[in-house]
Amino acid sequence: MVGMVGTTTAEVVHAEGIVRVYGEGDTAVHALRGVNVQIEPGQLTAVMGPSGSGKSTLMHILAGLDRPTSGSVQIAGTEITTLGDDALTKLRRKHIGFIFQFFNLLPMLTARDNVVLPLTIAGEKPDQQFFDELIGRVGLSDRLEHRPAELSGGQQQRVAIARALVSRPTVVFADEPTGNLDSRTSGEILDLMRGSVEEYGQTTVMVTHDAKAAAMADRVLYLADGEIVKETGRSSQHEILQIIDTLDLQ
Amino acid sequence: MIRFALQGLLARKLRTALTAIGVVLGVSLISGTYVLTDSITSAFDSIFTENYKNTDAAITGKSAFDPADDGTTTAPAFSQDLLPKVRELPQVGAAGGGVFGEAQLIGRDGKAIVFGGAPNLGFSVDPALPQFNTLSLVKGAWPAAGEVVIDTHTAAEKGFKAGDEIGIQARGAAERMRVSGLVEFGAVSSIGGATLAGFELGTAQQLFGKTGKLDQILIAAKKDVDKQQLIASVQQILPPATQVRTAEDQAAEDAEGTTEFLNFLQTFLLVFGGIALFVGSFVIANSLSITIAQRTREFATLRTLGASRRQILGTVVLEAVVTGFVSAVAGLFLGLAIATGLFNLFDAVGFTLPNNGLVFETRTIVVAIIVGTVVTVVASLRPAWRATRVPPIAAVREGATLQPGRLHRFRPVGAALLALAGIAAALVGLFVDGLKTSTLLSLLGLGVLLLFIGIASFSNRLVRPLAAVSDPIARWSVVVLTALIWPFILLPYWAIRRLFGQHPEFPRVLPDRPAVEIGGQNSRRDPQRTASTAAALMIGLALVTLVATLGAGLIKPFEDAVDGIFSADYAITAQNNFSPLPPSVAAAAAQVPGVSEVTSVRGGQARAFDKTISITAIDKTAPELLRFDWRDGSQASLGQLDPNGAIVDDEYAGDHGLSVGSTLGLEMVTGKVLQFQVRGIFRPPAGGSPFGNVTIATATFDSENPQPQNIYTFLNMGGGVTPENTAALSTALQTFPNAKAMTRDQFKKAQTDSIKGLLNVLYVLLALSVLVSLFGIVNTLVLTVFERTRELGMLRAIGLTRGQVKRMIRQESVITALIGAVIGIVLGLVLAGLLAARLDEITFTVPAGQLVIFAVVSVVVGIFAAIWPARRAARLNPLEALQYE
Repeated sequence: MVGMVGTTTAEVVHAEGIVRVYGEGDTAVHALRGVNVQIEPGQLTAVMGPSGSGKSTLMHILAGLDRPTSGSVQIAGTEITTLGDDALTKLRRKHIGFIFQFFNLLPMLTARDNVVLPLTIAGEKPDQQFFDELIGRVGLSDRLEHRPAELSGGQQQRVAIARALVSRPTVVFADEPTGNLDSRTSGEILDLMRGSVEEYGQTTVMVTHDAKAAAMADRVLYLADGEIVKETGRSSQHEILQIIDTLDLQ
Repeated sequence: MIRFALQGLLARKLRTALTAIGVVLGVSLISGTYVLTDSITSAFDSIFTENYKNTDAAITGKSAFDPADDGTTTAPAFSQDLLPKVRELPQVGAAGGGVFGEAQLIGRDGKAIVFGGAPNLGFSVDPALPQFNTLSLVKGAWPAAGEVVIDTHTAAEKGFKAGDEIGIQARGAAERMRVSGLVEFGAVSSIGGATLAGFELGTAQQLFGKTGKLDQILIAAKKDVDKQQLIASVQQILPPATQVRTAEDQAAEDAEGTTEFLNFLQTFLLVFGGIALFVGSFVIANSLSITIAQRTREFATLRTLGASRRQILGTVVLEAVVTGFVSAVAGLFLGLAIATGLFNLFDAVGFTLPNNGLVFETRTIVVAIIVGTVVTVVASLRPAWRATRVPPIAAVREGATLQPGRLHRFRPVGAALLALAGIAAALVGLFVDGLKTSTLLSLLGLGVLLLFIGIASFSNRLVRPLAAVSDPIARWSVVVLTALIWPFILLPYWAIRRLFGQHPEFPRVLPDRPAVEIGGQNSRRDPQRTASTAAALMIGLALVTLVATLGAGLIKPFEDAVDGIFSADYAITAQNNFSPLPPSVAAAAAQVPGVSEVTSVRGGQARAFDKTISITAIDKTAPELLRFDWRDGSQASLGQLDPNGAIVDDEYAGDHGLSVGSTLGLEMVTGKVLQFQVRGIFRPPAGGSPFGNVTIATATFDSENPQPQNIYTFLNMGGGVTPENTAALSTALQTFPNAKAMTRDQFKKAQTDSIKGLLNVLYVLLALSVLVSLFGIVNTLVLTVFERTRELGMLRAIGLTRGQVKRMIRQESVITALIGAVIGIVLGLVLAGLLAARLDEITFTVPAGQLVIFAVVSVVVGIFAAIWPARRAARLNPLEALQYE
């Protein structure tokens, strides 16, 4: 898929000059002021920044949920800024997985049905072997017939992770995946996400303001006032906190 | 707190408006009913007052008793010799005599002119005494002998003008007369579609078979003579079988039948308004429950800020008061439109009502506002009480839900008890003998009401299994309906949008499995909510099913009755199937070559055992054409009726201890009491009998009825039913355009068509309740979409297209509608079964075809209800949905 689109881009997501302005005139808010970003395959990329830095807006645009005011975004080689709603929806269906802060499971479905929901929507059958393995990895084998209300927060987020991975999307976007969990559960969830990158080569983009989460990433992008102000490779929690401090990002 | 409540309402305008629709529609039918009946009353009042505007007293013929108003019996006319005697009285200023009767006008096509079921009024006019003349001449001249004036409405509709010739038929064969002029009745151009024909007195007397006789003398007193003096003086010279009344009394007497009818019409329509309001109260209660569940955090915050439970209760109830009041006012004015609509509806089914402008009385306003407000407040009580149970801690807890109340576990028991109490009340009403009709109907109504509430509260237990069954049905019925409209609506719509540069999804027919699967699961996730939403539709469908089943149950035995009684080739009735016909029609038919036997059934009234009863009379040919189910006696008894034999139906015989050989005294309409001997007792067929309680010989009947009328004429022809015979009969009846000859099947169809017409009126009125429940579904869906914003955002993010979102919501809607339909249809059948068990006239017949149609209609209701909520849901931006809260 990636190879088909051209000679220069090995990356799965390619964005150039993204500007996002909310509102007009005097009250206009510039959420993003010309961001260029490439997401490399098989990497876990973390996007860090304080509230209002534009990191969530960036993720929404990269994931095809929002449209930039100007600039270009390609997902798996397809320019998405000109796509109609249906085409964009189908592109998300195929190429993108989501993990949300509030899990966002359907309350009337069992864990099993929640996990296979993206496939159900696409009208596809799950690959049973992969499904079993995935469920084993996220540790839900004995919880498959439970409904979300009968699961703990950590278990619900495991279901959400399995749901994001089950269709083997080109890229998974995670929006503050540990924002609503205690620290021990957060650790387990981060390990799971890291594991999916290592074992399945699952390209993942994670928006977070948790330095511990960012420390699991292969690459960390720092956002402030709608611009990428720094980029580092794999860093320790300590290094990340220092960078945040020096950049005055708190 | 008051300000808080009002601001809350304003902030939720849309939801409040949706909640209120049920009340608006219910109130509008109530106010519409009052406006309609008040308008008709005022129109009739002006007609009746107009009739006697310059009259002080009126002399009329007097029947021995008050005949029922079925057109077969009228008071006998009296000799016109009375008129000069009245004029000679010193107290009398002026007096004028007149006759009236049914005068059928005949159009240029040779067909009788009828507007709906309205009567064809004929009367004499006397231009020499303009003070008694209620007609005003618009064009031409008053009629000379052998001329006629007709009303402007008929003239305009049928293209007649002064100087034209027109056919007239009264008691005898049709004749042609010159139209001397056009008239109007007072200021009213049409009295509810009635045709008017005015004649010179002599002509009228001859037409109506009243030569030398008068029906009425109108008297104006001399100056300074008061009415009582006038009446006293007239009384002195009155011959027997006449009476004198003041003009006011006479007007009230004339209006009596109309008033009774209007009271019935009013109650009848109010019942349907009540039903719509009842359904509306379900919609309100359900919408408020959902809204209150969604406002849990808001109430909890208020509690933490120090609001007491009582204040919370007050806020919610106050919201209900305001909503109820505003919707009642809206409904009040919509009622004006409904009244106009009802006028048109009755007009369309051939039942034109007089209309002299809409009348809006204070009573209408007061009742509409009180009823609307009270219903809304009562419906809000339970949700309001639930709101008081929100604990303050819910303010800080994510996703706090209302705890079920203490009495929650008794709910199914309570619901079952309510339903049982309802059935019990209905059973008592139906099967306990000797109840007054009003008590019976109230018990029945109360029983059905309780049953509905009970079933509605219990039905949440039925939702899961019913939804599971309905799911595939909903799926495939939507597919079939979509396939049906695809080439006509969906494809052109798509093409048009395409042309305008949009990129709509190509319309699909086959079900979208993922979308309908999620939709199906959504319908099961909150059984309480689905059940309450479906309950509103359930009520409407139960009543529609009841009507359909009773209708089928009436028609079947009726057809059996026709087959059982009438063995002739042809039947002759009036064009409208029920008006009586003069005997001259049967006489004309008897002249047709090939007719072997003719028999007519005369209809009329008499008094026996201190009650007015309907009687019929048959002639010597009857045994050959009519069959009786004899308990005592035989066909041969029919031959022994003349002159003083009678046959009696078995119930009447039982009630009055009559057996073959007993004597029975009948006071005839002339006042003469005749003694009859019972010669036979028969069992009338369950589906309706053409015979009165007592049947006597035609010759005897005619001797004591000045103007006998036939209700049916049956005849046999050589060769039976053939096109030639039919044509010969029709030709013979051409001079009687109001009569028609029909074969047995045509006769059955014509008679049952009138039952079907009535059923259609009921369907239209019940449709309002179904409409209210449609809004109930819309309401629930919109509130649900609002509640599931974040969930919808997630689904859109992971790949559900807009079209799929719509289909998902539609599936949920159709399943809800089907659940309501299934419970409603079953309930309707049960109720019909109870009624059929009680009423002999009705056999329990399942109208399978109609029930399928009702189910399809429910699916359509579901589809329509989903349109708007689905559009709202599809428009949600996945991003906003995810950022929500």
